[in-house]
Amino acid sequence: MNHDSYPDSYIRGILNTVKSIAMVGFSPNTSRPSYFVFKYFLERGTRVIPVNPGHAGKEILGQKVYGKLADIPEPIDMVDIFRASEFVPGVVAEALALRPLPQVIWLQLEIRNDAAAAIAEAAGIKVVMNRCPKIEYGRLSSEISWMGINSRTLSSKRGQILPGGVQRMGLGNAGDKKSD
Amino acid sequence: MADAERTPGFNTLAVHAGAKPDPTTGARATPIYQTTSFVFDDVEHAASLFGLQAFGNIYTRIGNPTCAVLEERVAALEGGTAGLAVASGHAAQLIVMQTLLMPGDEFIASKKLYGGSINQFNNAFKSFGWNVVWADPDDIGTFERAVTDKTKAIFVESIANPGGVITDIEAVATVARKAGVPLIVDNTLATPYLCKPIDFGADIVVHSLTKFLGGHGNSIGGMIVDAGTFNWSRDKKYPMLCEPRAEYSGIVLHETFGNFSFAIACRVLGLRDLGPALSPFNAFLIATGIETLPLRMQRHSDNALAVAQWLAGHPQVAWVSYPGLPGDKYHALAQKYVPKGCGAVMTVGLKGGYDAGVKLVSNVKLFSHLANIGDTKSLIIHPASTTHKQLTDAQKTQAGAGPDVVRLSIGIEDKDDIIADLELGLK
Repeated sequence: MNHDSYPDSYIRGILNTVKSIAMVGFSPNTSRPSYFVFKYFLERGTRVIPVNPGHAGKEILGQKVYGKLADIPEPIDMVDIFRASEFVPGVVAEALALRPLPQVIWLQLEIRNDAAAAIAEAAGIKVVMNRCPKIEYGRLSSEISWMGINSRTLSSKRGQILPGGVQRMGLGNAGDKKSD
Repeated sequence: MADAERTPGFNTLAVHAGAKPDPTTGARATPIYQTTSFVFDDVEHAASLFGLQAFGNIYTRIGNPTCAVLEERVAALEGGTAGLAVASGHAAQLIVMQTLLMPGDEFIASKKLYGGSINQFNNAFKSFGWNVVWADPDDIGTFERAVTDKTKAIFVESIANPGGVITDIEAVATVARKAGVPLIVDNTLATPYLCKPIDFGADIVVHSLTKFLGGHGNSIGGMIVDAGTFNWSRDKKYPMLCEPRAEYSGIVLHETFGNFSFAIACRVLGLRDLGPALSPFNAFLIATGIETLPLRMQRHSDNALAVAQWLAGHPQVAWVSYPGLPGDKYHALAQKYVPKGCGAVMTVGLKGGYDAGVKLVSNVKLFSHLANIGDTKSLIIHPASTTHKQLTDAQKTQAGAGPDVVRLSIGIEDKDDIIADLELGLK
């Protein structure tokens, strides 16, 4: 995978299939980006599991915080990393020890470690670096367009409104049979 | 098309960018959301919106879906990450500077600017403690020498109004990068069809949408485009972007919104607090106008070149300033920055001076005598007695608006009719 520029289909495929996300480096501080992403995906019905050793055992928005990936007692589809680039190899090693393996390892904005990405990809894990899944979801669903952001997408199809309100858009089109 | 990996061309973006079918009604044309406010889905949704934790609509002073179509369209055409539509080009400049400068700070501006901008910088901005330092676009060294530790931005026009000056954007961008400040380019006269300043190093692009983007002389509007290129946190010089915002529970905008954080800051701080929001109806008219921007700009430019060539050979004309003419001072820069054409606007020096200018604007029948540019209609004005009247004589001449100067904005009528009207006016 070329990590300088991802095709929309790659990102859309990931966001469409991932049902559970472990957020490593999650902060319970409501003004931090990790909290924004946590809350956003929870509201979309995704299972989001915060990971932070300093807050292990606490509950944030009804979700139990775990100290490390290995402590999570259920399979994880995606590991979303909010740690500086130099800590990424350690988190990737922890993710590779999980069974079943996660399908995706995602590194947030400004975080990139090509060596760690290559190790994960060799194990068959999809990798995204220096992106935010909330921004990408907003971009591909066109929600972000409400903020004047260039979504870099064009469509002559009507977008998909998610259940639970008119200001929540999905990744599909209005006519799609399956809405997930 | 959403998953197509090819990059759409400029004409396609002009028609489609930002305007997917309306998700609730399926309306294919962009609906005019003529509403002040938007209902929240629930209390939690409201809290998320106000905390900037969710994308969505709250109140039209901060954002509106019709305005958002326009914002995304212009951002896409300029190759930026985001746009913010505001009530006028002046409002765009006000919000940009308020986001970048604190009282006592400086910015460097080209002295070859639209007269209205010269007024805004010399008067209103100085009263806010934002001090303009003027530089000469014909001598890049004057920009370099104007940099101090108080400099927060550099401002130029891609094609200056009305002098026909083409700015060497790349050279000024090098100065800005070295100084660690963003380069702001007013791209009103060129539009992204003729020139994309971001390709040459601009960090912020501003527009008066009133002119060629709207294109039909029916709506006032302005736009701020974030190129997504500037690192707002590196030198800690821009507190609106790199420091926690108490009113948003301590979030840091650059950290949270990455490469479109400048546009977000202009929206959730500048537009929210200063208030010059664009009307959704104007946004609809301007976005519709942009659909034909490539067609109009090419015709404007082709007509203008024909008119400039004709005027250059007229016995009563002392000089024509239009970068499209081979002998023009800016012809070489024009070939680099505006290769498809030099736009609609030119200035003409009349041998008969002030009186000849007055006679020409009085005698024409097709040209409209008014203070605007960028209409489908051909327009004429005598800047010395109108737009530039408030400047001193020295400033007038400096801005290319001396007593003998007439400014033309060539429309998209038949070029033979435009020339015939000028012939009549010069008789």
